[in-house]
Amino acid sequence: MSRITATFTALREQKRKALIPFVTAGDPDQATCVPLMHALAAAGADVIELGVPFSDPMADGPTIQRSSERALRNGTSLKIVLGFAAEFRKTNNRTPVVLMGYANPIEAMGYDKFAAAAGEAGVDGVLVVDYPPEESLKLSALLEKNGIDPIFLIAPTSIDSRIEEIAKLARGYVYYVSLRGVTGSANLNVEEIRKKLAELRVRVKIPIGVGFGIRDGKTARAVSEIADAVVIGSRLVEEIEKSPPGRVLDNVSVLVKDMRAAIDGR
Amino acid sequence: MQMGDLPDDKGHFGPYGGVFVAETLIEALDQLKAAYAKYREDPEFCAEFDYELKHYVGRPSPVYHARRWSEHFGGAQVYLKREDLNHTGAHKINNTVGQALLARRLGKKRIIAETGAGQHGVASATVAARYGMECVVYMGSEDIKRQAQNVYRMKLLGASVVPVESGSKTLKDALNEAMRDWVTNVDSTFYIIGTVAGPHPYPMMVRDFQSVIGKESVWQMEELAGRQPDAVLACVGGGSNAMGIFHPYIAHKNVRLIGVEAAGLGLESGKHAATLCAGKPGVLHGNRTYLMQDDNGQIIETHSISAGLDYPGVGPEHAWLKDSGRAEYVAITDDEALAAFHKLCRLEGIIPALESSHALAYAAKIAPCMKKDQTLLVNLSGRGDKDMHTVAEKSGIVF
Repeated sequence: MSRITATFTALREQKRKALIPFVTAGDPDQATCVPLMHALAAAGADVIELGVPFSDPMADGPTIQRSSERALRNGTSLKIVLGFAAEFRKTNNRTPVVLMGYANPIEAMGYDKFAAAAGEAGVDGVLVVDYPPEESLKLSALLEKNGIDPIFLIAPTSIDSRIEEIAKLARGYVYYVSLRGVTGSANLNVEEIRKKLAELRVRVKIPIGVGFGIRDGKTARAVSEIADAVVIGSRLVEEIEKSPPGRVLDNVSVLVKDMRAAIDGR
Repeated sequence: MQMGDLPDDKGHFGPYGGVFVAETLIEALDQLKAAYAKYREDPEFCAEFDYELKHYVGRPSPVYHARRWSEHFGGAQVYLKREDLNHTGAHKINNTVGQALLARRLGKKRIIAETGAGQHGVASATVAARYGMECVVYMGSEDIKRQAQNVYRMKLLGASVVPVESGSKTLKDALNEAMRDWVTNVDSTFYIIGTVAGPHPYPMMVRDFQSVIGKESVWQMEELAGRQPDAVLACVGGGSNAMGIFHPYIAHKNVRLIGVEAAGLGLESGKHAATLCAGKPGVLHGNRTYLMQDDNGQIIETHSISAGLDYPGVGPEHAWLKDSGRAEYVAITDDEALAAFHKLCRLEGIIPALESSHALAYAAKIAPCMKKDQTLLVNLSGRGDKDMHTVAEKSGIVF
């Protein structure tokens, strides 16, 4: 059983929902990345999504775009991100790490090399925003061979036949994009999501995480009542951006603990 | 399958092309694909497109035998396909008319576009005004500074121009931003991509709309020269004017197809936009193609004197034509393009766009080594009025 599946199984037994924070690796600087991952785990993260910075993050809003730019300016590459994951694994063997990013850095490294290196580094899942299922058969097979779950997005506009196609390839969990638009947008409609998730569950038998538009404990709580996992990205990256140097870990921990408490109903 | 029959159903030209976008855009692209498949065969749609091209754009554009310029070389006879004479001054309008007609059929009242130099932005704003649609053009803030006149033209035509401040603040970032708008407003909005790049069906659709250039050339060359050219030349940034003139010639096996990229300050300087000559395959803006990128797969900034060639990717069909050997791709520096620009002004009374001047410059390189009964056809994709500022600056003149 993969580390991601084991995590969700344990949570289900405890009747709890997963909290999945997203941070961009190398933001605000490279030295902060591994301590930040440990801080996220300590504050209650069940899975950590680690963003691989890319020069052209087409599906991201301004907040995550800026975080990618900061990370790229200090030279954070896919190779370096894999190093962060490996470093984190040395002292945390429990919290799954999912790399989230765009296709081209992986294309440049090569599928075989990337899948092997990610497996070696203890990466548990890979979500490539611009590899829809039909373009990712080869990579998905290689990832699975290396013990890594290929994670996919499902959109509000995805029709049934596509959901089926995605469900066939997806492992670990699927990521439901809760609104039309880019990361960091506002206006989450919980009722609409509730209906859509019920439809999804007919075809999707693995856990469903919901992300995009979750900005506070209240929305996190509402989403946790209908989804298996709550993904928090832009709100967290915004916190990193506005924190003075030296305060990043503390401020992020406070925010994640708040979200955790809200989700757990404490 | 004939090479001219590509792409396949999933948008692949060999290993290139495809649909590399977030799941949020898939449904919109599927709808567009279905709509385009229907209307490209629809006699009424085709008739309206032809009518608009004739009466609004001014087609067919002539093929012109550049006699004085040819004499100057003492070799091959050079013919120019005069896309510079189109309404709005370049080939871009062929495609925006086609896509705007499609947008109307789909009931979309808002169109968005990305633009670098502003030519595609102007062509989009033009058709939006013509068909009574709202138009939003995304343009890098660096480009807005360099192309103030085109920004004003778009505003005159009723479009809003949104400055893009992310990344390198140029064309590629404008494309990212337009995609983000589209994801957010997909129900009301039609995204008019200006070149033969982007996710399927865009590379095919833009090629089809632009291939009127090559189709006309085939009968015009027969009429004017009594034969087809030995080679067809066109500049390549994203590659829409080149794809437009190449495509009907792919089946003419004896005609060489030569795409001319921007070598900027020279390929060895690293400051260029010669993606096919010096880039590597990868994935950007929804398709797999050659890209200007560093070893880590990050897209790098390009340079060219001509803003229309200043793009780090290239249409996937060009990538395929290169690998298959059907077309050859070469590069011309800023200085070589400028020299050709001045020569054509003086010898033919035609002020070409700096983009097109790259194709002219390569013709100037090979024509002298060819026989007098051989012919070259150069796609003069646009006129140079927009480039007065850049050219004057190079000559030390400030308006």
